[in-house]
Amino acid sequence: MSEPQEKVLPMSEPLENEPLATDAPAPVDFGGRDVCLTVADLDLFYSEKQALNGVNMSIPEKMVTAFIGPSGCGKSTLLRCFNRMNDLIDGVTINGSIYLHDEDIYDREVNVANLRRRIGMVFQKPNPFPKSIYENVAYGLRIQGIKNRRVLDTAVERSLRAAALWDEVKDRIHESALSLSGGQQQRLVIARAIAIEPEVLLLDEPASALDPISTLKIEELIYELKQDYTIVIVTHNMQQATRVSDYTAFMYLGDLIEFGDTNKIFTNPDKKQTEDYITGRYG
Amino acid sequence: MASRQIPVHISQQFDNELNDLRAKVLAMGGLVEDHLTRALSALGNSDSEAAEYVATNDYKVNALEVEIDEECTRILLRRQPAAGDLRLVLAVSKTITDLERIGDEVEKVGRMALELTTSESPKSYYVGILSMGNHVKRMLHEVLDAFARMDSQAAFHVAKQDPEVDEENNAIMRQLITYMMEDPRSISQVLNAVLAVRAFERIGDHANNIGEYIIYFVEGKDVRHTSLEDIEQELKLSSKN
Repeated sequence: MSEPQEKVLPMSEPLENEPLATDAPAPVDFGGRDVCLTVADLDLFYSEKQALNGVNMSIPEKMVTAFIGPSGCGKSTLLRCFNRMNDLIDGVTINGSIYLHDEDIYDREVNVANLRRRIGMVFQKPNPFPKSIYENVAYGLRIQGIKNRRVLDTAVERSLRAAALWDEVKDRIHESALSLSGGQQQRLVIARAIAIEPEVLLLDEPASALDPISTLKIEELIYELKQDYTIVIVTHNMQQATRVSDYTAFMYLGDLIEFGDTNKIFTNPDKKQTEDYITGRYG
Repeated sequence: MASRQIPVHISQQFDNELNDLRAKVLAMGGLVEDHLTRALSALGNSDSEAAEYVATNDYKVNALEVEIDEECTRILLRRQPAAGDLRLVLAVSKTITDLERIGDEVEKVGRMALELTTSESPKSYYVGILSMGNHVKRMLHEVLDAFARMDSQAAFHVAKQDPEVDEENNAIMRQLITYMMEDPRSISQVLNAVLAVRAFERIGDHANNIGEYIIYFVEGKDVRHTSLEDIEQELKLSSKN
């Protein structure tokens, strides 16, 4: 350790730190949609190694925003900041702020469990609990203290339907979730995430461990889910980003290089670094 | 500078495919240009052999169009190109359609030339037609050159000439109408000349279109149905970036 870190987590840095004019990306036009998440001057360090460098961006409500970039560019790190999953990693220091609407999620007052109820997350590998399909989906509601059988039944069916899994599992809903295929397990995990009606869904490469058909089902699901949820997805698959997302952010070495309309990014990006990456010219 | 340097892909094979595609478009352009040169020589020198050649060899241009189109389909399917690569494939796909149409127009000129060379009447009005033909030939040459160098300024220079060709067209048409009014017996022959002029005018339009595709590829801006002033403004903006 050379010098002590300036600030430690959790942080609540108001927006008084005005962003550097040179680094600030041009504001993105979301076609009149409200902003759901706002990232302001976000730095993140793993011990001394800086993983995010002054990221500024806004994420529109009820749209799909994709993060792309080569391995180690910070896209998963940034995604995990949105529901404070990085709190669980030792030696992480965060400067700057993230706002969910007007609320600073790194404020000391914030109840992290509550935050994660509002911002759900799905990971690359499906991680169902070793319980029945029903109990997996009902888990979050039970934790909230809901015991009424009818309320639970309704919520489980609604979530499984929303995750496009109901028809496949309705006859064996009390069987173990581990008996499902990988693609079904991933949709089950999404059903579990939406059972508690979050505002935001964070998807960290949700389809990269799945076969092409299951992948298409997940992509179709994302399209359906954005009617009700704000979705942020990290993906290595650029074609997937073009198919599912409305806005795309390209990150490289901890910097947000370019952020904008997905069609624009993939047909005529402003930055040469973006163009080189999406056309497969990265050395 | 508005021309475009393309760094290499991680996939060497993809680079080869794109380079091959561009080379084939230039080969097709070269072939069309060669036919146009022969057609002009047929008109100017009453060279019936050249006229015959042009009138019967358009199938080569058509075959290249089909071949390049298949190559575009293959690249779209296998590479799913993005950004500049995507714009290149789209620009090529459109360019070859216009080149093929130029080929058709040249073939028409060849047939006209064949008929005109076999008739005996005075051909004083050929001078204007030949000058117009040479003008569109220069445009075609310039636009192919702009394609080879991916130079949007050079492509814009071609687009700027289209109004001049339209004016030449109007002037020659007035002249030809006068001939027909003066000597109604010449009508059938002059009508042939009218069709040749019309073909040259269309060739100018197609060269102009190709110029617009080049600007789309290089700048990412669709400048079809845009005034010359607006295109110039766009190019100025992008050269500043």
